Amino acid sequence: MSTDVATTAVPRPAVPAREPVRSARREGWRRRAPLLPALVFAILVTQIPFLVTLWYSLNSWNLVRPGSERFVGLSNYADVFADRVFRQAALNTIVITAGCVIVAMLLGVALALLLDRKFVGRSVVRTLIITPFLIMPVAGALVWKTTMLDPLFGIVNFVLSPFGAGDYDWTSSAPLISVIAALVWQWTPFMTLLVLAGLQSQGRDVLEAAQVDGAGAARTFRSITLPHLRRYIELGVLLGAIYVVNTFDQIYIMTQGGPGTASSNLPFYIYQRAFLGFDVGQAAAMGVVVVIGTIVVATLALRLLFRSFVQEDR
Amino acid sequence: MTAAAVAVAGPRRRSAGLLTVLTWIIGIVFFFPVLWMVITAFKHEADAYTDPPSLIFTPTLEQFRALFDAGAWPYFLNSLFATTVSTLLVLALAVPAAYALAIRPVKKTQDVLFFFISTKMLPVVAVIVPIYVIAGRIGALDNVWTLVVLYTAMNLPIAVWMMRSFLQEIPAEVLEAAAMDGASLRQTLLKVMLPMVAPGLAATALICVIFAWNEFFFAVNLTASQAATVPLFLVGFMTSEGLYWAQLAAAATLASLPVVLAGWVAQKQLVRGLSMGAIK
Repeated sequence: MSTDVATTAVPRPAVPAREPVRSARREGWRRRAPLLPALVFAILVTQIPFLVTLWYSLNSWNLVRPGSERFVGLSNYADVFADRVFRQAALNTIVITAGCVIVAMLLGVALALLLDRKFVGRSVVRTLIITPFLIMPVAGALVWKTTMLDPLFGIVNFVLSPFGAGDYDWTSSAPLISVIAALVWQWTPFMTLLVLAGLQSQGRDVLEAAQVDGAGAARTFRSITLPHLRRYIELGVLLGAIYVVNTFDQIYIMTQGGPGTASSNLPFYIYQRAFLGFDVGQAAAMGVVVVIGTIVVATLALRLLFRSFVQEDR
Repeated sequence: MTAAAVAVAGPRRRSAGLLTVLTWIIGIVFFFPVLWMVITAFKHEADAYTDPPSLIFTPTLEQFRALFDAGAWPYFLNSLFATTVSTLLVLALAVPAAYALAIRPVKKTQDVLFFFISTKMLPVVAVIVPIYVIAGRIGALDNVWTLVVLYTAMNLPIAVWMMRSFLQEIPAEVLEAAAMDGASLRQTLLKVMLPMVAPGLAATALICVIFAWNEFFFAVNLTASQAATVPLFLVGFMTSEGLYWAQLAAAATLASLPVVLAGWVAQKQLVRGLSMGAIK
C-alpha cells in the first residue's frame, strides 16, 4: 500500500530521457534524506561506543592508574569466563528476568480477564492497576525497601504477622525474591494493558457463536481466546524481557547486589567493575559477552517481533 | 422484575458480583504501596515508624516544605530540561524518519527498522564505559546536555516505530486528494498530515517523557552535583535511610507525580506506545 502512495501522491516531474539513472538516484536520495539525521544520530550514539567497547575489551586498563593501558588480546575474556561472580550474575540475570516476566504475565492475563468485564468502577480499577508502572522505578524501589519490606516497621511483615513472619529481613534474607517482587509489581500493569488490548480486539461474534454452540467458559477460553491472545502475550514477554534484562535501579537501591553478590545481575556487576573498581578492560569484556548473549536471544525474538508487526503492513 | 426472574439470575449475578469485589481488592492491593507512600508523605517522622503501622495521625505539609529547603529544585529543573529537550529532539528526528519509512518508503525499509529496534536491544552496560571515558575527555561529564543526547538515542527507536505506525494509518486517498488539489509538500505535511497524526505525536511524546523522566542508570554514572536529576535526589536519602521515611515518601511522591498524572490522562495512548505501535 505504501509504494502506491508514493507514486500517486507525489507525481514525478517529467524527466529528460537521457538522464533516467541520475534522476532515479536523486529520487532515491530525496527519499532517504528525511531518514538520515535519525540514522546517523543512532549510529553515532549507539554503534560507535560499542566499537570502542570492543577495543577496550582487548586492553588492560585501570582508570585510577593513568598510563596503565596496554593491549592484552583476549585475556580479559579468559578472566571473565573464569570469574565465578560473573557466572553467578549471569544466572541471577536469567532468574530475575524469567521470574519477573513469567509471574507478571500470569498476573497480567488474570487481571486483564477480570478487567474485561463491565462492572462498577472499572476505569477506576484499571487506573489503580496501571499506576505502579508509572511510578519512578527508583521511587518504587525505595518505597518497597523501606515502608513495605522493612523488618520492623514494614507493611509486609505486619500483614504476615498472623502467619508468624516476625521480623523477617526480606532484602537481606531473600534478596532475589524481594527484587523480583518489586519488579513484578512494576511490570504487571504493562502486561495487563497489552493483554487487555488483545482481549478487547477479540470479535464478539466469535465468542457468541462459541456460546451458542454450547462451549463453556473454560472451553471458549482455551480454544478461542488463548490462541487469539498468543500474539499479545509473545509481544509482552518479548518487550518486557528487553527492559527487565537491563534491571539496575531496583538492585542498586534494594540490595546493592548483596548480601555479598547474591542478588547481583550483569548490569549491576559490570557497573561495579567499571565505576567502583575502575577496571575498564574487564567491564568492557563483560559488556561484549552480554551483547553476544543478547544477540543470540534477540535474533530469535526479533523474528517473532517482525511476524507480529510488519506482516500486517503489506 | 418478578421473584422468579431474580431467583434464576441470582447465582450468576452473585458470582459476577464476587468477581467484581475480587477485582477491586486486587486493584487496591496493587495500588497500596503508592497509597501508603502518599499517606506517609503527609506524616511527621515519628508517625512514620510505628508498629503496627498507624493510620491515625495529624497530617502535615512539613515534609514537602523541607524538600525544597533541602535543595530539591535544581534536581527537578535538570530533570525537566533533560526530559523536555530530549523529547523534542526525538520527535524532530523521528517524524521525518518515520515519514521516509511509511509514506514514501526507502528501499530496505525493513533493514532500517530492524537496525533501530536492535539498538534498543543493545544492553546499556555495554556502552556505558566508553561513553563515560569519552564524556570525560571532552569535558561533558556532569553536563545535562550529555543526558539529553543519551535520552534522545534511548527513545529514538521507540519513537520511529510508533510514528511509523501512526503515519501508516493515513489513508492513501487523503494524500492523493491533497496532491490532486495541487497542495505543496509543506501544505500536505502541515495542513493534512499533522492534524491526523497529532494524537500519535502526543502518544509518542508521552512515552519518551516517561522513560526520560524515570531514567536512572545514565544519570547516576554520568552526573554529579551540577546535572543530577530527580532519581539522584531520591537516592540521596539512602545514606540516612531508615531515619527519614516521611521525608523520603514526600520526595518519592513528588518525583513520580508528573508521569503518573500524564499516564492517567493518556491511558489509551499508553498501550499503543508501550507496544511501540503494534497494538492499536
